[in-house]
Amino acid sequence: MPEKTYLQAISDGIRQEMRRDKRVFVLGEDVGVYGGAFKVTLGFQEEFGSWRVLDMPLSETAIMGGATGAAIMGLRPVAEMQFADFVSCAWDHLVTVAAKQRWRVGTPVPIVLRLPSGGGFSGGPFHSQNPESSFAHIPGLKCVCPATPEDAKGLIVAAIEDPNPVLFFEHKHLYRRIKGEVPDERYVTPIGKARTHREGEEVSVITWGAMVYTAEEAAKLLPDASIEIIDLRTIMPWDKEAVLASARKTSKVLVLHEDTRTGGFGAEIAATIAEEAFEELDAPVKRLAAPDTPVPFSPVLEKAFIPQVDDVVGALKELIAY
Amino acid sequence: MATDTATDVVMPQMGVSVSEGTVTKWNKQVGDHIEADETLLEISTDKVDTEVPSPASGVISEILVEEGATVEVGTVLARIGGAAGAAAPAAPEPTPQPAAELAEAAASEGQAPAEEPHEIAQPAAGAEGAPSENGKSFISPVVARIAAEHGIDPSQVPGTGNGGRVTKRDIQAFIEAGEPAATEAGEVAAREAPTPPAPVAPAQAAPAQAAPAQAAPAQAAAAQPAPAAPAQTAAPTPAVPSPEPAAPGEGESFEPLSAMRRGIAEHMRRSLDTSAHVTSAIEVDMSKVVQIREKLKKEFQSAYGVNPTYLAFIARAAAETLREYPWINGELRGDKIVTRNYVNLGFAVELADGKGLIVPVVKNAETLNLLGMAKGIADIAKRARDKQLAPDDVAGGTFTITNPGGYGTFHGTPVISQPQAGILGTYAIVKRPWVITDENGADAIAIRSMMNLTLTYDHRLVDGAYAGRFLRDLRDRLQTWGEADY
Repeated sequence: MPEKTYLQAISDGIRQEMRRDKRVFVLGEDVGVYGGAFKVTLGFQEEFGSWRVLDMPLSETAIMGGATGAAIMGLRPVAEMQFADFVSCAWDHLVTVAAKQRWRVGTPVPIVLRLPSGGGFSGGPFHSQNPESSFAHIPGLKCVCPATPEDAKGLIVAAIEDPNPVLFFEHKHLYRRIKGEVPDERYVTPIGKARTHREGEEVSVITWGAMVYTAEEAAKLLPDASIEIIDLRTIMPWDKEAVLASARKTSKVLVLHEDTRTGGFGAEIAATIAEEAFEELDAPVKRLAAPDTPVPFSPVLEKAFIPQVDDVVGALKELIAY
Repeated sequence: MATDTATDVVMPQMGVSVSEGTVTKWNKQVGDHIEADETLLEISTDKVDTEVPSPASGVISEILVEEGATVEVGTVLARIGGAAGAAAPAAPEPTPQPAAELAEAAASEGQAPAEEPHEIAQPAAGAEGAPSENGKSFISPVVARIAAEHGIDPSQVPGTGNGGRVTKRDIQAFIEAGEPAATEAGEVAAREAPTPPAPVAPAQAAPAQAAPAQAAPAQAAAAQPAPAAPAQTAAPTPAVPSPEPAAPGEGESFEPLSAMRRGIAEHMRRSLDTSAHVTSAIEVDMSKVVQIREKLKKEFQSAYGVNPTYLAFIARAAAETLREYPWINGELRGDKIVTRNYVNLGFAVELADGKGLIVPVVKNAETLNLLGMAKGIADIAKRARDKQLAPDDVAGGTFTITNPGGYGTFHGTPVISQPQAGILGTYAIVKRPWVITDENGADAIAIRSMMNLTLTYDHRLVDGAYAGRFLRDLRDRLQTWGEADY
């Protein structure tokens, strides 16, 4: 199997679906001539033409409104926000129209909204956020947060296939840093199924996105501890059964995410564990997340903001000793 | 009380903005049978008048709102079904026992405070619930479940978690190591952690020494991490699970450890582990109090039906004196000293069955005169014995009085009720030859009614001289106050 970057895997997945299905098209700012801010759609316009790779005006509202209309009319738009942070401009079309359309009138709304998210490279407050929990809270939307190249391809395919609006949170810090084997052929990674990234007996780490690697580094620094890492892969719907099974096995859980703490999706996970696996717990469910501030610009402050390997090691040690 | 099979009928929400409704007519009465969806009553609201169908079939056990009454949406109007429902229209408040008692249960043998200075051993009241330690006394949910499934007493399991807490792995290892599973259910609780490093004879379960009873998880969880487990952690847990069966030895017999006794045991141990206990004593000439009491007794009894006990006199004088000694009425909380502008006096009360002690509190004792104090003490003592105390009645004490003099004891060293800083002990009043000095400076031996008072204080916060001055001032009040001062 060829080794590919996370970014390449996403790009391949979209290209494959566009070749396969004429209803699939991409739209966004600079996605055409320029090939996208991160070059995910590089070469797409040459291959598919400017009617299937639309350079849109600098208006997230227009992108989301256009995607919604196209989806209702039977197309399968793959829209890109240049940065996930900008999705707030598209909130109304996404949340009020797209999310509710199927439940209101019964028409499918097969939109994929690609959201380059996450920090780690001094992008500052407007270019580093992880807004997945805001959308996980909106009934009618699905939220996907792949961590590996293989999952990124399989999940972008699943997202394009899905008849609902799917928010595809692709972590910018994984784009070119993370490589892995990715099958060339078409495959679908089901939405809503977690993946056991690492098996263990003593503590469970429930996480997703770039934090999967942070957790893995931390686990390597604790060779004597038996640490399980569950990569949720999608947070709405999320794989409750897998999380509860892991919690029941280890009885100690760390919920880790890059998003800020209060109201972050980790809170939902921790609450569910407390509700449904209380009698299996041997320690309080612990959360590790960013503090409740905007993402700082300064590299030093950003490092203090995003959970680091050492922070995870500390939290794991606490749980192990509890 | 209705059983869990009862169905509540509530005032329905008849429109978004409607917040209350009036019961206009009951179509059925208590004892009547009703079918689901049959009209049970009629109501009237700002917006509509309507009939309310029964949510369930069954016999109406209670009607809680009379015709004509207006109540908020959601108010329970009636109950259908349930056991003997009709019998208990006003279900008595569940007595606050276990929780309140456990949390507040003080220690050791106690005694009712209502009478003369009376016997109590070392009292001391509990305070807010909970062993704060993460120590061995905290049992996590999963450990509790495994222990229950295997009939294991978690205190028997060597703990490797924080502060010696028994972790899931510990109890699993313990089971795998093949601990002869389980004791009789009742005995599990009574057994103590084996202290000898090398557990010996199977028969020696040694229930004698109070060990930290494992607290209910909720209780432990509530606690702030303050005083602590050092003593518990210090006691080395035997590495090998003790193999002893839970059978009593020759001539011994077991009885179950009550929740209250367990709470007392925990509290007493924790108090001694927390405060630096020191006791000072002083002799008080109570002759004047005896005299005033003789005079007031009849009046109090006939006019108010309350006995002006010696305890009430002492409490009255103590409340006054405490205002001048805020640290004795205070608390060491973390790195702060807490003082108060009020005095909440706890009184150690022995329960009627002689098997426990509780420390209800007379709130704002500084505002009470002798009559108020006597009434307050009589009230809480009675309710303590009748098990009618509410959780609030045993909370918030700032200082405690224990009264072990009734059996003639003349001295004691009570245990402080955490997190307070002191406890006053009152002892038997006895007539003694006493040297007094008359106005002319001449000494004479007189027969006086003498009583010893002890103040046991937390030496971390209260110095000996400060305690001594408190006792001196308290004595002076009791010796000099006239009837009007009380």
